[in-house]
Order: sequence, then structure tokens, then C-alpha cells
Amino acid sequence: MCLAIPVLVVEVLPNQRAMIDLSGVRKAISTALLDDVAVGDYVILHVGYAIGKLDPEEAVRTLALFGELAQSEAAFDAASKAASEAASEAAAGEAIPS
Amino acid sequence: MKYINEFRDGDIAQKIAARIRIEADPARSYSFMEFCGGHTHAISRYGVTELLPDNVRMIHGPGCPVCVLPIGRIDLALSLALERNVIVCTYGDTMRVPASGGMSLIKAKARGGDIRMVYSAADALGIAEDNPTREVVFFAIGFETTTPPTALVIRDAQARGLTNFSVLCCHVLTPSAITHILESPEVREYGTVPIDGFIGPAHVSIVIGYQPYVPFAEDYRKPVVIAGFEPLDVMQAILMLIRQVNEQRCEVENEFTRAVSAQGNLTAQAVVADVFDVRPTFEWRGLGEVPHSALRIREAYALFDAERRFDLRYKPVADNKACECGAILRGVKRPTDCKIFGTVCTPENPMGSCMVSSEGACAAHYSYGRFKDIAVVAA
Repeated sequence: MCLAIPVLVVEVLPNQRAMIDLSGVRKAISTALLDDVAVGDYVILHVGYAIGKLDPEEAVRTLALFGELAQSEAAFDAASKAASEAASEAAAGEAIPS
Repeated sequence: MKYINEFRDGDIAQKIAARIRIEADPARSYSFMEFCGGHTHAISRYGVTELLPDNVRMIHGPGCPVCVLPIGRIDLALSLALERNVIVCTYGDTMRVPASGGMSLIKAKARGGDIRMVYSAADALGIAEDNPTREVVFFAIGFETTTPPTALVIRDAQARGLTNFSVLCCHVLTPSAITHILESPEVREYGTVPIDGFIGPAHVSIVIGYQPYVPFAEDYRKPVVIAGFEPLDVMQAILMLIRQVNEQRCEVENEFTRAVSAQGNLTAQAVVADVFDVRPTFEWRGLGEVPHSALRIREAYALFDAERRFDLRYKPVADNKACECGAILRGVKRPTDCKIFGTVCTPENPMGSCMVSSEGACAAHYSYGRFKDIAVVAA
């Protein structure tokens, strides 16, 4: 019911309306709930009304947060792999009498 | 679709899941309620539950406006269509909700009731303009996300001088429903619904901001993380909740920063406050009468209030006895605990409201989750 999707504003129309594009689908929507809207903005569309704007910088930041997590995971994996290799080398070293 | 696909990446989901497994303390269990049907749907559809360790449990909340709509309210819309010759316009979600006597809006339409499914409240207004000799009622349901468009069309109707348009307002409020759950005996006394924190609404919060959730963190000591409706948003919110619990913090955190601010959409809030005020009480399916939990149309817009215009009197109607929707909406039972789940009650022929909307706990489990309950047998 609260379904809403980010859509791109491609044209600002009179009477607080705008033309939006969603993967090639164009539709005129109401922007009466927003104070200002410009071509290039991403707005959150719900039942024909833009209820808010999407902040592209924050979206990138949130994705980077996931990415950072992925990186730290990768670093963690690499570190643990290196540690286990080192351990197995050490174990192998011990097994061979010098 | 930009800003959607990036938040559905399976590899990153696996990585957040691995982080959750590392950080979740095996010595304790975690129970989080996702309030919104949108989150319930995402959790079922993308298999989020399967990515969580056994000691992290998600409890489905009552945040699906279709599911919490009581039978008596649909009966009012039915009576307008069938007895008063009114054109009833409504969002598709309400069409199949079971009402009294085995009726629903879609069955009433088959019997000749003039019931029209609309995409937008503005479409209902257009139908009123096109049919000046007929009464047109917009049967309006929804949480704070859906309320501002209804407020705008009421103002538009007044500005255009329409005399044949009114609204049957069933808009409900999120924070009062959360309060009601936290005050319920299952949570406070019996502990049968353990709640360690909430995933807070996505699109509702775009409108109301995240400030209204602060009392849940401060007064009730429950962490809240506002999250978007995509699977990575939900996973990240669960991780943030686990961290709050581990660090014994009770704060409102915002994962959905790309769309939600502290104050929300002030323009939308002003429009809503102009047109609506709070009802002293409103019946929710599953929760019963909840004080200060719904909106009604202000005196200044009385002409556009279908309840006043048609002198409608609400009569509560008990749910089907076999239906467990009430307990499921309170988080006390799971869909599979209901005897008629998936047998008598299916999305094609719903007995209870939780099976109607794709965001309902039962419909979500029926569509995406029920096969995993069936044991795999080697051929």
C-alpha cells in the first residue's frame, strides 16, 4: 500500500505538475507536496504524487556504507586466509624435521 | 531502475549477512518487529529470513493498511455502492477484502454496484467531474504516506466547487499503532511477543520524519532503525539494530537517509493538518479500538466528508472465527499457526485480510515462503 518508487523528473509542467520518466515510461504527476522541483531531480512517487525527494549524495553514501562493509569483509577474508596459510606453512615447517 | 536495483544486490546481501552472523551474540536471541507491510513483503520476497542466523527473528507488524481495515468500514463503502447508488472509487488494494456476509467490493461490483478502482485520489476527483449527476465517494485508506494526496483532493474539490464528491476517510496513524503494540499485554506482561527493537517505516517516514519515533527509543527503551523497502536496506537495518542491542543503546537511527529527514515533508504535514484532525478512537482489525490512531475530516471541509453527508454509522463486525488475522497482526501468531492458512484461505479466495494484500503477512508467506516449510525428499 505504501508502495512508492524513485522516478526522474524530465519536465516541469504548470499547475504543480511534472513529467517523469521511469525506465522509459513517462507520466504526468503532481508535485503539489514539494516546495520546489527541477528537471533532473529524483522524486519518490506514490499514487500519482511526489511525496519527497531522493538525495543522490545520501544514496551514494548508503551504498558506500554497504561497499565499505564489503571491503572490510574482503580485508577480513584476506587477512584470515593469510593467517591460515601462514599457520599451515608453520605447521608444515614443523612437520619436516630440519 | 536507478536507486532500486543497486539496493537489491545479492552479493552485498551475503556480505551483510556474514557481518550479522559475526556480530549477533550466539548466547542471546534477537526479536525485531518490522512494522510495515512493505518490509514484510521484502523480507519474504528476497528470502531475508534465510540469510539470518537462527537467533535473529523477525516479527511481522500491523503496518499494512489493508490488513488493519475492519469489516465494518468496508460494509460502509458497500452500503454506499449497493443501497445509495453512489459511485465508490477506491485503491485496488481494498477490492478483495472480505466484508460481512461473504461480500467484498469486487463481489459488489459483480452484482452491479458502481465501484471503480483508481490509481490516484486525483482520478476519483476526475470521475466526480465527469459524472455531475451522480454522488462520487472516494474510499480512502492508508497510512501517513497516502494521506497527503487525499487531503489535496479534498482541497481541490472545494476549490473547484464540486458538490457531488466526498471522502470516506479511513486514514490511520503509525506512531499510535506502535504505542498500542508496546502497551499490549503480550509485550508488557506476558512477554509472549518479545520485541528488542523496530525496523521503522520507509515511506511513512518520508512524510512524518524520524522525530516521532524518539519516544519509543527514550520512553520505551526500544531501538528503532528507519529503513528503505529494498532488501539491502532491511539487512543493514537488522545489523544496525543488533549493534544497538549489543551496545545497550536505544536510539532512533536512520538507514534511509536518501529520502528521510528528521522533520519529514513539512508541506505535506501542513496540508494534512489543514484538512484532517485526529479521531478520539478508531477500530483496527486485530488491535481493536486504538485511541488517537486515525484521522477524520475537519468541520471546515464537512461537505466532503462522506460520513456526515450520508449519515453513516459505524457498526463493528466480528472477524471470521477460524481466522487468526488478529493474533498475526499483533505478532502473537505466525501465518502457519492459522488452521485455514493455505487451505481455505488463499490469495485467490482470502478469508482474512492478511491474505489480501501482497504486503499482508499471510499473502507474503503464501507467495514466497511456504515451500521452504515442505521437507525436501530425495527421489
